[in-house]
Amino acid sequence: MRTLRDLFRDYRFALSFCVLCMLLALAFLTTFSPYDPTLWGVVPRDLKPSWTYFLGTSSKGQDVFWQATFAVRNSLIVSVIAGTVSRVFAVLVGMIAGYKGGGTDRVLMFISDTLLVMPLFLIIVLLAMLVRDKMNLVTLGLLLAFFGWAWDARVIRSQILSLREREFTQTAVLSGTGTLRLVLNEYMPFATPLVFSTLINNMSWEIGMEITLAILGLVNMDIPTLGTMLQWAISYQAVLLGYWWWLSTPVILSVLLFVALYWLSVSISEYLDPRTRIQRVGAE
Amino acid sequence: MAFIKRYLIPRIIQYFLVIFLGITAVFFIPRFTPSDPVERTITQLRSQGSYLDPASMDDFIADLTELYGLEGSMLQQYGAFWQRLFRGDFGVSFFQFPTPVIELIGTSLPWTLGLLLTTTFFSWTLGNIIGGVAGYFSRKGWSRALDTVAMIVRPLPYYIFAFALLLLLAYVVRWFPVSGGTSIGRKVVLNWPFIKDVLWHSFLPALSLTSLGGAVNFQTMKLIVQNVNAEDFVQYAKFGGVTEGRIVSRYVIRNAMLPQITNLALSLGQIFSGALITEIVFSYPGVGTLLYNAIVTGDYNLIMGITALSIVAITTAILVIDLLYPLFDPRVRYM
Amino acid sequence: MDKTILRTEQLKAFYVLDVLGTQKVVKAVNGVDLEIRENEIYGIAGESGCGKTTLLKALFAAIEPPLRLIGGKVYYSLFIEETDVSSLSAEEKRRLRWEYVSYVPQGSMSVLNPVIKVKETYRDFIESHVSGRTKEEAFEIARRQIAELGLPQKILDAYPHQLSGGMRQRVTIALAALLKPRIIICDEPTTALDVVVQRGVVQLLRDIQGYLENTIILVTHDMGVHANIADRIGIMYAGKMVEEATTEVIFGNPVHPYTQYLINSLPRFGDKTTRESVPGSPPSLINLPSGCPFHPRCPYVLDICTEQMPSFVDLDTHHRVACWLVGEG
Repeated sequence: MRTLRDLFRDYRFALSFCVLCMLLALAFLTTFSPYDPTLWGVVPRDLKPSWTYFLGTSSKGQDVFWQATFAVRNSLIVSVIAGTVSRVFAVLVGMIAGYKGGGTDRVLMFISDTLLVMPLFLIIVLLAMLVRDKMNLVTLGLLLAFFGWAWDARVIRSQILSLREREFTQTAVLSGTGTLRLVLNEYMPFATPLVFSTLINNMSWEIGMEITLAILGLVNMDIPTLGTMLQWAISYQAVLLGYWWWLSTPVILSVLLFVALYWLSVSISEYLDPRTRIQRVGAE
Repeated sequence: MAFIKRYLIPRIIQYFLVIFLGITAVFFIPRFTPSDPVERTITQLRSQGSYLDPASMDDFIADLTELYGLEGSMLQQYGAFWQRLFRGDFGVSFFQFPTPVIELIGTSLPWTLGLLLTTTFFSWTLGNIIGGVAGYFSRKGWSRALDTVAMIVRPLPYYIFAFALLLLLAYVVRWFPVSGGTSIGRKVVLNWPFIKDVLWHSFLPALSLTSLGGAVNFQTMKLIVQNVNAEDFVQYAKFGGVTEGRIVSRYVIRNAMLPQITNLALSLGQIFSGALITEIVFSYPGVGTLLYNAIVTGDYNLIMGITALSIVAITTAILVIDLLYPLFDPRVRYM
Repeated sequence: MDKTILRTEQLKAFYVLDVLGTQKVVKAVNGVDLEIRENEIYGIAGESGCGKTTLLKALFAAIEPPLRLIGGKVYYSLFIEETDVSSLSAEEKRRLRWEYVSYVPQGSMSVLNPVIKVKETYRDFIESHVSGRTKEEAFEIARRQIAELGLPQKILDAYPHQLSGGMRQRVTIALAALLKPRIIICDEPTTALDVVVQRGVVQLLRDIQGYLENTIILVTHDMGVHANIADRIGIMYAGKMVEEATTEVIFGNPVHPYTQYLINSLPRFGDKTTRESVPGSPPSLINLPSGCPFHPRCPYVLDICTEQMPSFVDLDTHHRVACWLVGEG
């Protein structure tokens, strides 16, 4: 598609796209994993990287490489769940607030703003502590989704506000289009790219939160994710014992993931923003 | 007068409303989750191998209930909660029984405040100045190079960045201490060796926070300045032959500052959380490490106390910034 | 005869845009020859999108990417000899701005710095050109000038958003006259204002010109304004000048078909016949028609009009036209 080709001209999109493809490939490799990721002691412990064990083995007796594939997969699953659910919230709130305006708008934005300024981290910690046992990938995703919609609701609301003033809205209303149809059919094409780029950003935040919660021991430590992998390494004193392969794998993978997601979202939103498009004009 | 009515009063009402909602949420969360704190504490103690005498179990449960403020009906609890709040009483800590929570927070708070205030100040001013100049010269090579660096630093979560710094600068090369706020055994005396020691220990957490905050400020300021540059009044000043230095300071930066002040207010919640997380990485003796200990030992009073105080502190800081904003923007001052 | 204060020679200025790989060239100013004299008000008329603002930017030596100077020259009469503007250094150009030629931009609503008072803007302009004045002296200069022009003193202590649109327009005009420049360029100074304020603005311009005895170049599509204060008028179409004459001649005896349409579309007292405007729409400056750019809409089009661009023919001392109807025909 032409859009893809245009996007690829931006080195940030190209690089991040490749890195993400590589990470997704890693996640898919989990289907071929020779080991069950939740079992311990399936391989000899604490071995350095070699040809048999690509990235070495951990103190739990697990193959670091295959653990990493599951870690990437699970972290992505959490963020996709959290991201999608929070998109739904964000779109609903943003659209209703933007279109209805008045009192509804003020109340919704007040709730959204309150969520924004709170130290969400602490509230999430409090909640996570109490639902710790029931925590799995899905519940973690839902927990994060509950808090991740506020900023993007505002973004979508601004978009809707500007669309509402446009002529085609008045034409549609005058010709008797119902509110729901108006919003879904007419506004969605404008909002969709916005939703997509905020999704990517949001996913990044969620993975970051997941890692932090894992370090605090607030997630289900048996499920391998980037965060839990790191936390196990730390609690087994991998730092002091010098097991750099076990430690640096989750760190490097997550750095790659974060930077790639961010570059992807920035290049897409710059592509969508007409102002920056014209700024790249024949100067020099 | 319109200013007072349209800006000041709504803002202050909002302030109290947010605090009220936030603290109410803190109150209700532990009381509406599947397992309540008393149950969890008992489970946790059991899983850690402590022996709990079944005979005195009832008394133990009663004590815990009282400790966590869970006695009486919901309404009674809520009332008592607010009463204690106004007295500054957040209950007693579980993991450092019987020290009151407020005291524990009191000893950790100065460390956090010191770290937070200095790093926020530096990251905001440095990020804005460098970002501002980079935005003005946005086509130059160094400006673009800095942008790429910021693009790599910015998306990293506080934990990962702090941890990476710790590994690199405290383990791989042993330039900085691995943990703590001061070296072990050093007494808190206000002399130069002590201050030097504190600075040495604070350097890595400060570097971590300033880099992340600075990267964000740099990028947003650069974008803002690029937009302000294209504004009519900047063009006009150039038409008028106003000297470049004057344009940069009075036309570009003065106007670009305004959204940055608002952005600072909006990101205070995140910056605060980031500071706590960073402290945990470096075992820095601030509220972050206190929080970590509270989580590990299941000390609900302490967690709730920290959360409640944080909500009040952050909301107040944001209010202060919002009230200072009109000083910089005459359009709000004279509506 | 009055001296020439500004001259252009086959001035060509295009916008070169690079949108996602394809290059688009907008020929905004496409070979313009002008001679503007001292002590006159020169009006430039034409539809929107004909390149008027770009021409002004070129006259003001404010050409910046994506606008590029493709060809031709602009001359200022700074000394006895003319000076080619492109030979000036950046610092020299900066000094000339406001001291030799000043600019009143289109849409003066948003050209004042919103966070400082009007008198501070005055101070910035003064202190950037005149050294050795204290802040108070600069404010005093501002106060005197405002008083001379009959504007209320309190606008100096106001912030721009506290002033009405019309008042802001008058402030920018006053600012333009501040350092007594030889040329003042005005871009649509009366657009977006109601008629009463328009009158005030036009009066202000006339007062300034009478007092400074300098040149005002006035661009507007409002022929009424031209009729009111312009001494000479140049008609612009699709990046080119097509006719130029004194105001009386333009209104009384328009020769170029486009000018005729412009004049005939104006209402007149006692004449109740339907006004006819120019048929069709202005051409795209990216895809100009061949030959004379007006030929697709011209009722008298000849074959040669589609092939070659006509050049100026002098009909009179102060009347020249670029049209194949006059000249070789």
